[in-house]
Amino acid sequence: MQQKHFWRFVIGLALMTMATALGQSEADPPVSDTLAVADTAAISVPAPLPVTNLIARDKPNDRGYGISLSWDLSPDDTGGTQSVLGYRIMRSTTPDGPWDSINVAGSGDALYDHIGPRHEGDSGYFPDHTDMYYRVDVLTADPGVAVSSGVVGPVQSRGQWFNTARTVVFLFMIAFCGLVIWFVTHARRGKDLYVRPLAGIEAVDEAVGRATEMGKPILYLCGLGDAAEVPTIASFTILGRVAKRVAEYQTQIIVPCRDPIVMTVAQEVVKTAYSDAGRPDSYNPDSVFFLTIEQFAYVAGVNGIMLRDKPATNVYMGKFYAESLIFAETGTMAGSIQIAGTDEIPQIPFFFVACDYTLIGEELYAASAYLSREPVLLGSLKAQDYAKAAIIVFAILGFLATNVSALGGPEWLAGFVDLFQVRE
Amino acid sequence: MKATFEKLMLLDRRWVFLALAVVGVASYSLKDFQVPILVTNESRQIFAAIDELEEGATIFLSIDYDPNSLAELHPMTYAIMEHAFRRGVRIVITSLSTNGPGMADEAIRAIADSVRIDREYNGVMYPGREVVNGVDYAFLGYKPYPAIVILAMGQDFRIPFPADYYGTPLEELPLMENVRNLSSTECVIVITGTNIADMWLAYGQARQGFPLAFGLTGVSTAQYYPYLNSGQLFGLLGGMLGAAEYEQLADNPGLALDGMRVQLFLHWTIIIFIVIGNVGFFVTRKRRGAGGNV
Amino acid sequence: MKRQLPFFLVFVFGAFMAIQYFVPHKTSEAIYEFFIDILPIIGVFALALGIWSLTKVSVDKIRYRRENWQYAIFTLLGLFLMILFGFTDENWGFHWRMSPEVAGEGTDNPNFRLLFNYVMIPIQATMFALLAFFIASASYRAFRARNLLATLLLIAALILMLRFTPFFGDWIGLRLSETATWLMNVPNTAAQRAIVMGVGLGLVATALKVVLGIERDYMGRG
Repeated sequence: MQQKHFWRFVIGLALMTMATALGQSEADPPVSDTLAVADTAAISVPAPLPVTNLIARDKPNDRGYGISLSWDLSPDDTGGTQSVLGYRIMRSTTPDGPWDSINVAGSGDALYDHIGPRHEGDSGYFPDHTDMYYRVDVLTADPGVAVSSGVVGPVQSRGQWFNTARTVVFLFMIAFCGLVIWFVTHARRGKDLYVRPLAGIEAVDEAVGRATEMGKPILYLCGLGDAAEVPTIASFTILGRVAKRVAEYQTQIIVPCRDPIVMTVAQEVVKTAYSDAGRPDSYNPDSVFFLTIEQFAYVAGVNGIMLRDKPATNVYMGKFYAESLIFAETGTMAGSIQIAGTDEIPQIPFFFVACDYTLIGEELYAASAYLSREPVLLGSLKAQDYAKAAIIVFAILGFLATNVSALGGPEWLAGFVDLFQVRE
Repeated sequence: MKATFEKLMLLDRRWVFLALAVVGVASYSLKDFQVPILVTNESRQIFAAIDELEEGATIFLSIDYDPNSLAELHPMTYAIMEHAFRRGVRIVITSLSTNGPGMADEAIRAIADSVRIDREYNGVMYPGREVVNGVDYAFLGYKPYPAIVILAMGQDFRIPFPADYYGTPLEELPLMENVRNLSSTECVIVITGTNIADMWLAYGQARQGFPLAFGLTGVSTAQYYPYLNSGQLFGLLGGMLGAAEYEQLADNPGLALDGMRVQLFLHWTIIIFIVIGNVGFFVTRKRRGAGGNV
Repeated sequence: MKRQLPFFLVFVFGAFMAIQYFVPHKTSEAIYEFFIDILPIIGVFALALGIWSLTKVSVDKIRYRRENWQYAIFTLLGLFLMILFGFTDENWGFHWRMSPEVAGEGTDNPNFRLLFNYVMIPIQATMFALLAFFIASASYRAFRARNLLATLLLIAALILMLRFTPFFGDWIGLRLSETATWLMNVPNTAAQRAIVMGVGLGLVATALKVVLGIERDYMGRG
């Protein structure tokens, strides 16, 4: 029983609350709700020339309900009388009107995407596959002067089934998935694949042994990510391994969770691990529990467990943010052995300095393959290496193409770089 | 000498904590000490984006942080909000982190108070005025699952937020009349210290293509420089220094410029500790080296 | 069947989400939105499980007077007081949802604001501020010029920390600031990109293994 810690905590909480209350000024005045109205005055101006070459077409790579308009600016926009204030987009379902004002594009704008709402009944809704007509009126400072273009149409909107702007991503995805599947099937045929040892994972068995000798628990954190995030999924795999060892050594594991879904999955993983170890009766459902969704309240809760229960080993696997160093330093103070792994780049240095072993970035994902030693899982690591090699080759080619074309080389080289552009 | 350094190498961390606390509190009281701020391009871009807007233009500000990062991020929110309101730029505000609405509400009230007073910034006199809810700003509030909310706001603010934080339907807010989605604002500025920033990049900027800028905690700033270079971000405010740069540009010294003094002296304290640690390391290493165990 | 159905669902939904990225059509968008609408609903039910778990663990701690059981009282008080204030107005009237007609209700409840402003904000800000102290002590222990690479890292860190220091004069101050900006824009960006690419490929490979049912440990195989 640590009564003095408890009373310190109560007094600290009370002092902090009082100090903040005293430091706060009187109640903030409410924000009032009054409207400001600006004056406008009409100015007389000569009629500008209309826009020309107005084109309306279905907006490409969209869900539907979109028409793209383009036109040549009125000669009085950037030159001439420079009297153009903007362009009013008008739409109708017949060439003769009635016309609806859709929006106003600013002077100098020669493009406009008319994107309608998706739900029937919403203001401005127009269904796909319906004939529509457009015109553009040139606006001036005089509200009475507006010069219309010719009418274009009919044009129909429709949704597309493939976004051509993402073709390069699609091709890369197909190529990479193909590589993974090829290596996995290749591995199934019994080809041996080498993976360098991951010290952090090798250390797990030793850490569990140490906890057993000391008679202290192991603290395992799945990170702050939700259950659908890949680092959390990787963390579940490692948790399964740790829990199995814990069950075999008859020691204790504590898994405080920040996400209720993560808690549910973690309970299942630990339970299965105990069954696999042949000790289903030793499983304590309360060893995996929910603390809070609040980031720093969770940190406070976990740090409390570290300082009170003094776990022999702390394992941090998954998504971690600003709390990484607070966990790791508190763990060091409590004298625990610490093993960490995260793909959150800014947190890696923090874990690195304060933990005994750290899995860096993708090593966290490789851990499951490494743990199981199953060739099918190792195959995907090989595919990643080949994809990385491909990226390096393309990066070098892109670097050369950009620089050679900039130094007066052939034009198609610049086009080569554009092939990899994802345009939305 | 070596014995002293050996002791220093084993210094209890609580002495480090104490030194930091003493220096932090003492330096805060040196009110006259000014820290020179050299403005970086990534901060200037955000300031210029707002400064060049016409009166009546609308920007989007997402206050996606909780009280924990208040010290670093509140100064950014304050500086940007005050700059926009003084220039007559309107702001649509949301909070996508659980306790963000409290932060946004606090900032709106504080800045509304400040804008009531006549002030001169960069040689221009701005008379005090009332900041009006629904006209100068619309605070839409909080919805969980940021990725989904960002996707929905890309289509229409009214999908995730049929009513604002105070319960008024968006259709009744004059500001929202011509503001349908994120792309219909001039730019999107996100102030956050969490991975919500990634969601803004993936589900917001990448899909909708609007101009996006981040205000981030110092520790997460380095992670987002690649996006600045790729053009996915047009500006980046990094930690308290970023906020101080903004305050300097806006000629509106506030929480950040005040805090930089403390940060400067604390950095020096840490540097001194690192130097002591390294000197100790070399002195004791030589000694250990004699024993053949380097 | 009990084991096959979850894998089948994972494959169907995983494959759909991957393909949906390339299909902008409204039908694909509608299905996608249907799925993402379901997520918060699952989350709410899971939250109930979470609250049950926290309550059960805390109540058991108090009931059996386990070590440090007193803290559990504060946990339960914090949990249920915030929920209570969130659903009531200043006159203790109960409301299911916020509305502009009722004053001081939900997050505007004065008691809710009191706990938020004077307990939650200072505690959270303090927890985050602890980071400064831990960074100092960790850098004192670990930031050593052990070899060439560690020395380069140390020098880069010192430049970043010194970039706004007024003690070296304007010329050196400006050079330090420029060097710091260069460090962030060039070496930092290069390293970040390399790690991000590795992580990205790892993410896709792991996600693919999950979708294809090759990686199954997360379902509790142990």
